[in-house]
Formats: sequence, C-alpha cells, structure tokens
Amino acid sequence: MGDRGKFRTVAEAIALIQPGSRIMVGGFGLAGYPEGLVEALAASGIGDLTIISNDLGSPGVGLGKLLTNGQIRALVGNYYNWNPEVGLAYSRGEIGVTLVPQGTFAEAIRAAGVGIPAFYTAASAGTQLGKGKETKVFDGRTYVLERAIHADVALIKASRADDLGNLVYYKTARNFNPLMAMAAALTIAEVDESVPVGSLDPESVVTPHIFVDIMVRRV
Amino acid sequence: MVPLVSEEEAKVRIARRIAEEFAGADHGLVINLGVGIPTLVADYVQKADVFIQAENGILGVGPLAVGERIDRQLINAGRQPVTETPGCSYFDSAASFGMIRGGHVDATVIGAFQVDQEGNIANWIIPNGKQLGVGGAMDLITGARQVIIGMQHTTRDGKPKLVKRCTLPVTGFAEADLVVTELGLFAFEDGKLILREIAPEVTVEALTALTEAAFIIAPGLKTMAA
Repeated sequence: MGDRGKFRTVAEAIALIQPGSRIMVGGFGLAGYPEGLVEALAASGIGDLTIISNDLGSPGVGLGKLLTNGQIRALVGNYYNWNPEVGLAYSRGEIGVTLVPQGTFAEAIRAAGVGIPAFYTAASAGTQLGKGKETKVFDGRTYVLERAIHADVALIKASRADDLGNLVYYKTARNFNPLMAMAAALTIAEVDESVPVGSLDPESVVTPHIFVDIMVRRV
Repeated sequence: MVPLVSEEEAKVRIARRIAEEFAGADHGLVINLGVGIPTLVADYVQKADVFIQAENGILGVGPLAVGERIDRQLINAGRQPVTETPGCSYFDSAASFGMIRGGHVDATVIGAFQVDQEGNIANWIIPNGKQLGVGGAMDLITGARQVIIGMQHTTRDGKPKLVKRCTLPVTGFAEADLVVTELGLFAFEDGKLILREIAPEVTVEALTALTEAAFIIAPGLKTMAA
C-alpha cells in the first residue's frame, strides 16, 4: 500500500464506489456521520445507490443531499421522519424503503459482520413490520427471524485513528459506526485525527484495524 | 372543545407523576425516555441513582445542553443536544439495544397515539403518507421490563386515546404496564385495566365518557396531584 498505508484522499476513496452499490453510512441524525465522504459522494453523482443508515439526515443536509440529487434507488433504515422528503419520494414511487426497528437494524448489521446469517427477536412480532417474516415461539413468546444486513461499502466516522486503522470514537458519534465497520466488503473510515502506531492505549481501541480498509482525514 | 386541563399543564402533570413512580425505588434504576412528554420526566427525577439511557448509545444522560455546552456529537435519541452525568458511558447501537432487549433497562417511558384495553400500544405511525419511521419503539416496548405510557387523555379533537381496540398500526401487543394521563393513572393487572388515581377536575362518570376502553375502579381510588 506504499507510504500512505491505508490513507487515501477523499476523491480516491469515493472512486472505489460503483454505481448500484449497497452503502452503509454511520451516524444518528447529524451526529457521527462521515461528513466529508458524504459530501464527496453527493458531488460525485454516483447513482442507483441503496443507502443503509439509521436515518437520512435532514432535507438537503447530510445524506439528505443524496436524495435531493436523485442518487438513491432504495433505503434500508429505521427513522425518516426527520427528512420528510423521504416519505414524499416513497409515496411517489421514486425510491424503495425498507423500515427495520432500530434495535433489529443494529443487530442485523452486527450479525453480518460476525458471521451470523440470521437471529430471532421479539421486536415487530405480529406488527406490520413483521409481516411475511418467519416466526418461532420460544418459552411461550413469539419471535421474528431477521436476516443479517450486509453491504458493499461502509462509510464510517471515527474520532481518532492510528496509522494501522485502530479506531476510537467520540461520545454519541459512535452509534452504528463500529458495527458497520465489520459488515461491509470495503470499509472507509473518515477520521478527525491520526496518531502514530503505538500511541493509542490498546485498552481504548473500539474498532481493531482488521475491520478498516481505507482511511481519509477530515479536512 | 375546551380541555379540562391546559396542554402545558397536562404535560407537566403527567411528567411529574411518572417521575414519582421512580422516587420510591429502593435500588438504582435505568430508564429510557421517549420524545415529547417522556423527555420532560427527567426534569422531575430527583434521585441520584436513576440513570437515563438513550438508545443512540449513552447511559447517564444529563440535562439538555444550552449555549456553549452544546456539542452536536452529544445528543439524545430525539436529536437534542444533552450533557453527560458523572459515571456516564458510551457504547454502540447494538450494545445499546442489547441493554434494552436483554431486559437490563428497568423502564421505558413513551408517548402513544392509542393504548387499548388489552394493553396493546400504537405509537409508531399514523398512516398518512408523510411519516416513515419506527425508531426504537418496537424494541423498547418488547424489551424494557416496565412500559410506562405518558400521553394526553384525548386527541386534539377530543377523541379517546384509551380505546377498546387500537385502530392505528400496533407497535407491541399486551406490553403496556402503566398509563398516565392528565386525568388519571391506569395500571394493567392480570390483563385488566385498573383506574388507580383520578384527577381533581373529573368525576368517574366524566372520565368514563372520555375513555373508550373498559376499566375497573381500584378499591381505594386516589386523587391525583393536580
């Protein structure tokens, strides 16, 4: 990988993304999403994307830009009420939307990263969102079978990284980022700060470098 | 129609009454608060060993952040900037819902559009083509040990929210434990809805007229603090 190790420019990183990809993006609202990567993805015009994320930011802000630009084919996530453009685009038949309860969403991403193809949860049993899903009764309670959620690319945000790609997060900016780091074929991390190998306390590392392929610095 | 209790007064009364539920605990509690009225509950919890969990990955949520203390990377699940308390911790969303699904969260306080006499809760969507979101509601309702609903007694146009059977999409079945409105406190016991406290503004007859769900009046019915 040369002298730069895993570090690339934002443009080089975005060039690795193909049209039609399934892309996971970390963040909860506007906390902890990889702002520089999302801006560059919006500017690239790469389309036909399936975006897997908690929400879609606000109208025209953050991931909301991808929708405004018409780059999205489908969404998999759980809360789009902060961006009413999603409901409108869905009702006009412009995009597909798969709603997943938030805890199930988190666990399905984790499962994908750790080699678990499916798991049972009580959330959504008997409801509209559980419709058509396999169920099983354990100890008298009904559970829904949920499949793991995989992606081609994960765009994540971390606060600090060493040059190997060990990651540390900041407060509630952590959210889905460490899970998505494990669940995609290619993980690109945007980091605020990078430090030499050996200067992160090994006990404080949240995402070990094995899960990180490419890093970009937040400018 | 003119409400018996103003909306502002109703919200404060509900939040204060729910906070009182936690005051009597003889051990530390972890609670999760939904958006709206439930968020207000934090203002009335006085005990040091009540810890607020937010599903976006924090245990030990402090008061809302104002002015220079606002950090846009430190928010609650309603996207409001908050502060941290001493002993606070951060974790990823899977660990957060592990706490919830695993039964480690003592109570969740949520709002609702409707609660029915079977304890079914409808609080995630009013199908009108504009909303598209479920959040953590289904996981919280099925996972938390106690489900407390804080909501106004009727809709803006005066229709009962405590109903015979939910007509809106259900979030979770037979999960409600306690329903607190500005007009009364109702508990589910052995599948039955029991009125335990009633507001000073109403008689049982007046309350029954505003409640579609069938309920039993607790022996020793108390007056709710106004």
